[in-house]
Amino acid sequence: MNNETLIPHIGVVNDIRIDTPDVKTFRVVSPEGGKVFEHMPGQCAMLSIPGVGEGMFSITSSPTNKEFMEFSIKKCGCLTTWLHLMDVGQQITIRGPYGNAFPVETELKNKDLLFIAGGIGLAPLRSVINYVRDKRANYGDVQIVYGSRSKQDLVDYDEILSEWMKDDNISVNLTIDNPQDDWDGHVGFVPNYVKELQPSTNKTVLVCGPPIMIKFTLAALKELGFDETQVYTTMELRMKCGVGKCGRCNIGNKYVCKDGPVFRCDELGELPDEY
Amino acid sequence: MQEAIINRAKQLLADGTVNRVIGWKKGEFAYDITPAVFETAAEIDADFVYDEFTAANVSKYLIKESKKDGRILAFLKPCDTYSFNQLIKEHRIVRENVYIVGIPCDGKLDAEKIRQNGITGIRTVSNNNGILKIDTIYGEETMNFDEAVSERCSVCKSKKHVVYDELIGDDGEIADSGRFDMVEKLENMTAQERYDFWREQLSKCIRCNACRNVCPACTCEKCVFDNDNSGVANKAAADSFEENMFHIIRAFHVAGRCTDCGECSRVCPQNIPLHLLNRKFIKDINSLYGEYQAGADTDSRAPLTDYKESDCEPSVVHERGTE
Amino acid sequence: MLRISLDKLDELFSAISEKQTLYIPADRSDGAAEFQKWCDGMKLSKNLNTVRSAKDFFFPQTENLVDFKLSGKNIEIKDIRSEAEDFVVFGVRACDARSFTILDKVFLSDPVDTYYQNRRMHGTVVTMACTRPSETCFCTAFGIDPTAPEGDAACFSDDKFLYIKANNDKGEAFVSSVSSLFEDGDTAKLDEVQAKTKEILNKLPLAGLSTDSFGGDKLNELFGSDKWAELSESCIGCGTCTFVCPTCQCYDIKDFNTGREIKRFRCWDSCMYSDFTKMAHGNPRLTQLERFRQRFMHKLVYFPANNDGEFGCVGCGRCLSKCPISMNIVKVMKALEVK
Repeated sequence: MNNETLIPHIGVVNDIRIDTPDVKTFRVVSPEGGKVFEHMPGQCAMLSIPGVGEGMFSITSSPTNKEFMEFSIKKCGCLTTWLHLMDVGQQITIRGPYGNAFPVETELKNKDLLFIAGGIGLAPLRSVINYVRDKRANYGDVQIVYGSRSKQDLVDYDEILSEWMKDDNISVNLTIDNPQDDWDGHVGFVPNYVKELQPSTNKTVLVCGPPIMIKFTLAALKELGFDETQVYTTMELRMKCGVGKCGRCNIGNKYVCKDGPVFRCDELGELPDEY
Repeated sequence: MQEAIINRAKQLLADGTVNRVIGWKKGEFAYDITPAVFETAAEIDADFVYDEFTAANVSKYLIKESKKDGRILAFLKPCDTYSFNQLIKEHRIVRENVYIVGIPCDGKLDAEKIRQNGITGIRTVSNNNGILKIDTIYGEETMNFDEAVSERCSVCKSKKHVVYDELIGDDGEIADSGRFDMVEKLENMTAQERYDFWREQLSKCIRCNACRNVCPACTCEKCVFDNDNSGVANKAAADSFEENMFHIIRAFHVAGRCTDCGECSRVCPQNIPLHLLNRKFIKDINSLYGEYQAGADTDSRAPLTDYKESDCEPSVVHERGTE
Repeated sequence: MLRISLDKLDELFSAISEKQTLYIPADRSDGAAEFQKWCDGMKLSKNLNTVRSAKDFFFPQTENLVDFKLSGKNIEIKDIRSEAEDFVVFGVRACDARSFTILDKVFLSDPVDTYYQNRRMHGTVVTMACTRPSETCFCTAFGIDPTAPEGDAACFSDDKFLYIKANNDKGEAFVSSVSSLFEDGDTAKLDEVQAKTKEILNKLPLAGLSTDSFGGDKLNELFGSDKWAELSESCIGCGTCTFVCPTCQCYDIKDFNTGREIKRFRCWDSCMYSDFTKMAHGNPRLTQLERFRQRFMHKLVYFPANNDGEFGCVGCGRCLSKCPISMNIVKVMKALEVK
């Protein structure tokens, strides 16, 4: 291929799944079939529709999947609106993988894991969750706390029900913000639910969601006795290059595209509060 | 003059008429003066300056400042008062939150002109009856004030303050200093000469947006050139003509509202005479709709947003456009 | 040392341009200097420096990265990169020469930016020692010696001669390609000029500027300083400082639809602009204070933190003379300095 990171590859969208009213999951393969490149859980890719724009998205499929990559994308701005208008078979451009990954083969190995996600924040964690499920023996307890505005807004609800909840050795706790008729599960915000669940403080935590949810979740974890060194999160800022050169996704001297997007919370705490 | 201004500022702060003062703050050298808001007499004593280099027009800052708590004292030069009035007319400034002291101006110097005269290493500049004594790293130099005065001041349109709560010094008169001479020269060129002139000038543009951001008439909350949905926000010019379009569209947008304060040309890092575009519009408006000076008052109807039966027919413009 | 009479500069330029494209700082009609492609009769500017820095040669304001052709659901990617032509930039000052070292750290670090690398490989930088620094100069604060500029080859001048010396292999090749025009001569007069320049440097108004209060280890105290509000209050949020700066390297990537194809461009961007970090769901830098702080924190803290203490400023002084409101890195440093 080429040796320039700014020149993308072609990707073919060969499946589109409607997850929620504003989230679709796109399956991307190379024109020859198979994955365009390999990645690790938590890494991102730059997707683009030429003429519309380019944006950084978390790869939500697990690297253990050898056939395709998936991206769960919320309709939010210009590019994502266009992506949502695509039909199956549409080609896009893709480059990556970018950023670090969750330390699944190092710090997280053999640990009890607690995943906490809010809304579309499940996207980057899904990659890790499925990676862990596929290499289950390498990890301890797995608990997932996931919440969204409503039942309809739960991303990957089908997969959660038919796969994750069927796994004996994974506990899944779902919650939605407000009561609704066809929901007999927990109702309430994620941070409060985490407090109610009283998870054991020897777990390693992976958090992702809207900034406000992350903020309150971190406070809840602190209250429960978790240390910042036990908590990982993944960040999102505006990016153009993906390789730490265009200069816009920095938090202090760290570039989210290159040094992140995954940060351990104590590392994040040392950086200026500008994200 | 500086002393009188400082004293008055401190009085008005002390008696509670205002709680802040907008003016100019000293720099490292003679010319690098920064607009600044002062809150105490001590700050004013330490840094306030008013001299031949306090050229920046502070009117535009009052959009934001006049919406804060309390009242702000603004020292406005005659040409700044036109910008202020125009902003009042466009409902951009809360008038009662600003206390205006009109201050006289004898023209501001342009450090660039001093440098162009081969004088470098400028430290201090003093004016002795029209002769500038310039202290430089390489010794003392002299230059005539008139040669170093900025273009906009050499053709000053008015030394009269069109709005103020009080004045320091005597008010001046509206001047007739030939500010349209260069426009006429351009008009008398052939279309090709004129095109070449503007291509040479506008091709220097680095699209820094300084002209737009400093312009008291450019007060859109979101400029069309910054709006991704406008289709013209492309920073990457596909053709150098894009810069020309930026300036032409900007000139059109401020037509009839531009007071000819000249800030656009003052701040241009590439010395593009941007004010000439605006002056051409002003001159045309004068000849097509009758004399009109934007910012001269706050209640008249502007020619381009008003309809009169005596308005010229659009065909006039068409006829003028043919050569 | 090899030298050539200043009267013979035309011959030198002509000889260089026979082999490759030559750019020199020359005066425009408004008296300001700008790097221009040399042609017969063009004179070397007597101005200390150009308005735009020399970074344009390696990192142009806009450049085409890649083209796309769309047909139906398919996309064709066209790699439009081509080998750059050899060129010489003559008369680069010591400050701009150092800026290339800084840009190299960004663009040549892994993963290499091949667009930049291509131009860098094909460009020969011939510097010119300063003899008449300006009041706005403070390159010495960053350890730059304007009397001994870096670059592939360096030139020095007294009132009669231009002297040249190679600083590396590329410079050696350049010097030998034009050495027939040069003669060996003594440098007594040049030494005198250099000594005088050094004396002036010590007396410059900004000679005492210290970087001691800045660096990668000062992140939190400087970020949290209460001075930023006052320093940034009159900033008009334009990109003048960024675009005249030889070390500012932030860029944007945009697509332009020509009707026949999509051209993907890279263009200079400024952290001073309100949309720089704007995302569909929000903006972490909402006011000019945060944008202003970013620019100076980048140069004085973040860049040194990531690059062995090297600051992201070379003291060329362009922002000092060009900022519409005369707010600049020197004023920022003086205000934040811990005395």
